[in-house]
Amino acid sequence: MSSVAGDQNLTTVTEKISSIVLERKVGKGWILGLMVCFALVMLLLYSITVLLVKGVGIWGLNVPVGWGFAIINFVWWIGIGHAGTLISAILLLLNQEWRTSINRFAEAMTLFAVSCAGLFPLLHVGRPWLAYWLLPYPNTMGMWPQFRSPLLWDVFAVSTYATVSALFWYVGLIPDLATLRDRAQTGFGKVVYGLLAMGWRGAARHWERYETAYLLLAGLATPLVVSVHTVVSFDFAVSIVPGWHATVFPPYFVAGAIFAGFAMVLTLAIPLRKIYQLEDYITMRHLQNMAKVMLATGMIVAYGYIMELFMAWYSASPYETAIVSNRLIGPFAHVFWPLMLCNVLAPQMLWFRKVRHSTVGLMIVAMFVNVGMWLERFLIVVTSLSRDYLPSSWDDYHATFWDWSLFIGTLGLFGALLFLFIRFLPMISIFEMRTIVPGGRPKGSGANGNGEGH
Amino acid sequence: MKSAARDPSLEHIQRELDRCHGQAYWQRLEELSTTEPVRKLLEEHFPSQQLRLDHTLDRRGFLQVMGASLALAGLGGCTRQPKETIVPYGRNPEDVIPGKPLYFATAYPSRGDALGILVESHMGRPTKVEGNPEHPSSLGATDSQAQASILDLYDPDRSHAVLNAGRIDTWDRMLTRLVERVEGHQGNGGKGLRVLSESILSPTLSRQRDLFLELFPEAGWHQWQADHRDQVRAGSLLAFGEDLTPRYRLDQADVILVLDGDVLHSDAGSLRHAREFAARREPDAEGGMNRLYVAESSPTLTGGMADHRLVMSPAQIEDFAREVAAGLGVSVTSAGLPEKDKARAQAVAADLKKSGARAVVMPGFEQSPAVHALAAAMNQTLGSVGGPVSYAIPSQYAPTSCSDSLRELAADMDAGDVETLVILGGNPVYTAPGDVDFESALEKVPFTVHLSAQEDETSFRCVWHVPELHPLESWSDLRAHDGTCSIVQPLIAPLFGGRSAHELVAALCGKSGQPAHDLVRDHWKRERGMTEDSAAFESFWKTSLHDGVIAGTAFESRSVPAVDVAKVPRSDSSNGDWSLCVRMDSSVRDGRYANNGWLQESPRSLTRLTWGNAACLSPADARELNVEAGDLVELRLGEQSTVAPAWPMPGHPDRTVTVHLGAGREQIGKVGRQVGFDANPLRSSAKPWNRSGLTVRALPGRKHALASVQDHANMEGRDLVRRFDLADWVENGVPEDAGGSHHGDLSMYPGHPPAENAWGMVINLNTCTGCDACLVSCQAENNIPVVGRDEVLNGREMHWIRIDRYYEGEDENPEVLHQPVPCMHCEEAPCEVVCPVAATVHSPEGLNEMVYNRCVGTRYCSNNCPYKVRRFNFFGYSDTKTEVLKLGRNPDVTVRTRGVMEKCTYCVQRINQARIEAKKEGRPIRDGEVRTACQAVCPTQAITFGNLNDASSEVARLRENPRHYALLEELGTKPRTTYLAKLKNPNPEYPA
Repeated sequence: MSSVAGDQNLTTVTEKISSIVLERKVGKGWILGLMVCFALVMLLLYSITVLLVKGVGIWGLNVPVGWGFAIINFVWWIGIGHAGTLISAILLLLNQEWRTSINRFAEAMTLFAVSCAGLFPLLHVGRPWLAYWLLPYPNTMGMWPQFRSPLLWDVFAVSTYATVSALFWYVGLIPDLATLRDRAQTGFGKVVYGLLAMGWRGAARHWERYETAYLLLAGLATPLVVSVHTVVSFDFAVSIVPGWHATVFPPYFVAGAIFAGFAMVLTLAIPLRKIYQLEDYITMRHLQNMAKVMLATGMIVAYGYIMELFMAWYSASPYETAIVSNRLIGPFAHVFWPLMLCNVLAPQMLWFRKVRHSTVGLMIVAMFVNVGMWLERFLIVVTSLSRDYLPSSWDDYHATFWDWSLFIGTLGLFGALLFLFIRFLPMISIFEMRTIVPGGRPKGSGANGNGEGH
Repeated sequence: MKSAARDPSLEHIQRELDRCHGQAYWQRLEELSTTEPVRKLLEEHFPSQQLRLDHTLDRRGFLQVMGASLALAGLGGCTRQPKETIVPYGRNPEDVIPGKPLYFATAYPSRGDALGILVESHMGRPTKVEGNPEHPSSLGATDSQAQASILDLYDPDRSHAVLNAGRIDTWDRMLTRLVERVEGHQGNGGKGLRVLSESILSPTLSRQRDLFLELFPEAGWHQWQADHRDQVRAGSLLAFGEDLTPRYRLDQADVILVLDGDVLHSDAGSLRHAREFAARREPDAEGGMNRLYVAESSPTLTGGMADHRLVMSPAQIEDFAREVAAGLGVSVTSAGLPEKDKARAQAVAADLKKSGARAVVMPGFEQSPAVHALAAAMNQTLGSVGGPVSYAIPSQYAPTSCSDSLRELAADMDAGDVETLVILGGNPVYTAPGDVDFESALEKVPFTVHLSAQEDETSFRCVWHVPELHPLESWSDLRAHDGTCSIVQPLIAPLFGGRSAHELVAALCGKSGQPAHDLVRDHWKRERGMTEDSAAFESFWKTSLHDGVIAGTAFESRSVPAVDVAKVPRSDSSNGDWSLCVRMDSSVRDGRYANNGWLQESPRSLTRLTWGNAACLSPADARELNVEAGDLVELRLGEQSTVAPAWPMPGHPDRTVTVHLGAGREQIGKVGRQVGFDANPLRSSAKPWNRSGLTVRALPGRKHALASVQDHANMEGRDLVRRFDLADWVENGVPEDAGGSHHGDLSMYPGHPPAENAWGMVINLNTCTGCDACLVSCQAENNIPVVGRDEVLNGREMHWIRIDRYYEGEDENPEVLHQPVPCMHCEEAPCEVVCPVAATVHSPEGLNEMVYNRCVGTRYCSNNCPYKVRRFNFFGYSDTKTEVLKLGRNPDVTVRTRGVMEKCTYCVQRINQARIEAKKEGRPIRDGEVRTACQAVCPTQAITFGNLNDASSEVARLRENPRHYALLEELGTKPRTTYLAKLKNPNPEYPA
């Protein structure tokens, strides 16, 4: 099956994709969507202001539940960010050319998700203005950070990930930015895209260096797909909190992240291809492949759940067993069972070809997974903390308005960035698409060599 | 500068300058400085500054100056230095060395008793209270109220001024008016002149009272106190025909039967009782481990310590007492007790009998006179009088029935017979029982003066209000429960003005202006038969002040006649209605501490409730009424009714409700206003503590969230509080399976290098009564903030040590297990490895330290702490704005800001203090030299702290005890704070 459908050739690809940015009129839907998201960004800024003025006490945290929405949202957003890198880097290295039409916005999504994620660890600390102490920099205090702490590993993992993702995305954009520069009709557009294109002329040397750089970045990004969520899972796995202290966490988190990431890509791709008539570029084959990845990773996640239950029983530790019973039949059953529905049952629908071939069906499953992955993080963070070793300290956790407003605010930020992205940058890689339309590439040339001759 | 003044050049300059004024002056100075003679002069006097005066500047110099000034400008921008004046002592006060605290002995009135205390004073500011080991009521311990007195002293809501009808006035004006009134009474011998005081514990005040009544024979002096001892007095009158108070020596008792009273916690002398009880709680104690039976209608801490606890309605207590008495051979008949309790009573009687003179029966002060008389008869029959129990006159001067006294006064006021009323302390408008309408009677008195520390309900309704001095600001004296007197000396000049009762009564006696100091000295001069300022008196005075007790003032015990039990009337039996138990609040008492945040936030005994009271009832009744914790119920008794949140309490008798006094204050500072509900109207002056005829009605749909610090009381089968039965223990020792799995010394990280000291703490669960004094003491020592009701509801209380309370067994009568939990100072601390900024680190001596400055507040340490002893400043809880509160803080402990984690430090400031002393003397720190705040205050000495490296130290010895264990030791955290398992000594013959 081809990765491009319909009657597309080199010209139509360029025109179609670049016109979304350069020629298409600003639609009412786009304005409305951006306005809603912008309003939510304002809510985010307001929530942050209140937080900085008053302190983290405005959230529903307490002792024992020292982490709440902030950490849940952090892990959730980071997870979502995983699909982008996976698609861009790993599938590139594996020569999966179908990735071409979805990698650009998947990378953008990664970047935006990581931006949202990055806000939370910064804001959740008691004294955010001192958060830079987590960075290893020479200082007059003569203090290093404490390298045994997983939170510090997080700092490195997430910041590396954010940097590489941003570079990867930007480097990949350069040839397209040059295309936009050349096709821009306004002087302003020419200047801005020109600056961003960094003098790209499409010379053979440019292409050669570009290819090398892109490949190197892909190589750099590949281990990050695995490392970031592994490190995030260490926040939990390294602790001695029952329900957190589990060796299954790293693979289980990575699979969960890819699971969540693909669900989010689907959530975005399905409406986008519809609105911008990109069905020829983002074909059913793409959607189906993503569904398959989701199914596979969903099974790994389900295995993780089963292992958690098994290990709780096998450990014979009363604390671990109590956590499981709290989830299955205790005060957290109302989170656990919806989670099972969302993350275990709903993806099973993807076994059916019919579902995989229906955008509505895929959309529904993806939404289930988006919610389910959030619930999973809630369950992990809150169950274990609220009822750990000493029953005397047990306490419930209730999110406050400010917990929700910050979360919804980041959804707004994510949305707003996406809206701006699809309006101002080509959401599908033009030059890469050109390589896969008929006649776009000499026969026998691999993905590594794509772009040659353009 | 003398030589400079004589310098001719300087004189010349002076002359030059004298000719100029104003602006010209400054011009002249500048001009002058450039003239040759002046430059010479300056060079001579300030050779090092010579270069600076050179007006030419080379490049290097210019850069130097520029660099320096830029750097200085930068520095100036960093912090704006507050403008302040520093005035050093012209003459240093005696003994005051900045940074070194001084300790003064004084006494504090608490729980109808006087508590000898030692007060730590930093540069003249009292900051911490410790018990006075020499004092018979303290023995080195204090209760939470004495600890919290520091906060009371600095309470910004204290009354600041004399008020006349609510308007600020002066003491002198009040005095003029009062003296006018009193002079008016001189003609009629004081008719219509009344004084209302609390129970008198001050010898000086007693003498003043005598003088007053001498001057005004027709006047009246009434006494009222909410936690009065009327029942004890009536019981004694019934039994012996005179007012005598029993004194107990629990260290001499093998078997103790307590009849419904919190004798280890809430009674006069309870600190002493607790100490003596604990001394006999160890199996290797001299005379063996004691056995405690408690029959009670309202769960108390004493009941929680019992080996056998019997639950019954308040009316059945007397039946039970009769049954036991009959079993001992006292000729009384009993009835009305269920078969089960009858059998138990027989078993108790048999056990008491077996111990004979080494057994004692202790009734709670709330019990009916009949119970007191029966207890006296039982003790006589057992032969324990002269042993564990003895009798002496009451510690109150001019003892009287407070209920009668208040009722008479209110009746006279109502009848218009009272023209002038002076109220010395107390808050009768609020504390008067439901059948005494003191409030409306007060309106009929034309001239009223109220002396009180707060502008309370009574001050609000009196013509004059006079601010009262805090006990730490005034001269006085107090008599403890065993008769020992102490001088009360001020630690600080009055913060907000104010007067003491002595000064006011002196004014009544026409001696206004006499300072309390003179009055107290005068009293003791007379008492000791020394009229002149003799050296002997000075020495007596100094010694008494220094020791905190006046030697030789303890009561002689009195012999008592045999009790004629035939005269003891049978009280009305219960008629099947609901009963009501009214009890003192374990924290705010009768409401006098309601504005004290430490005490409001200190969890109440057993309920673990903070900020307000509740209607405690049995879980079965709660189910029957279909109410849960916090659901409102209406309590109606006769004409009085109140609405209260329900609190199902395991171990509470059925068809009985316990309410606590001291809540629902209306006129008080901002801390205590409208906290809880007022239970005083449900009391009656005839039956102040236990009443029948209550109706309870659920009010569906209405709720009041109760701020409990512990939501879960079940140990979930976890090995947290270990408990063994004595017999089983002696036979089998530690069971094999105790402690779960042990992983040895497995750790990823290298161990800590050995140091001279290895600090450790052992908490003896066998003697901990769960009184929470350690919690308040810790709060005072470590500047721990108060968070308020809402934040407690959010689960954010800040206490560094908490007392976990678990129930085990059936809801009807569960076993109560207390476990104080401070920081464990784990050797393999899980908190330390997860902190990303190294804000919590291990000290060489094994302390798990918090570096507040470094903490960014990730809260990861708290999440990873299995003991959940870390506390986080979710908001800026410490009040850093109210100036007066700053005075009371411990200067050796940082006040934490928002966003910072904190926790128990093992009182590191005290360790360092001891280390400095030891270093100065070139010796190691001695065992017992460092006493943590929680350890020092503990009435039962359940907490031991010391150096584990020193094999001879007490703490190392306790760690060798077979009952020693570590909490959650299977986690491999290797805690430095460990526990001794609890032992119970049940009677094998006791029917199940």
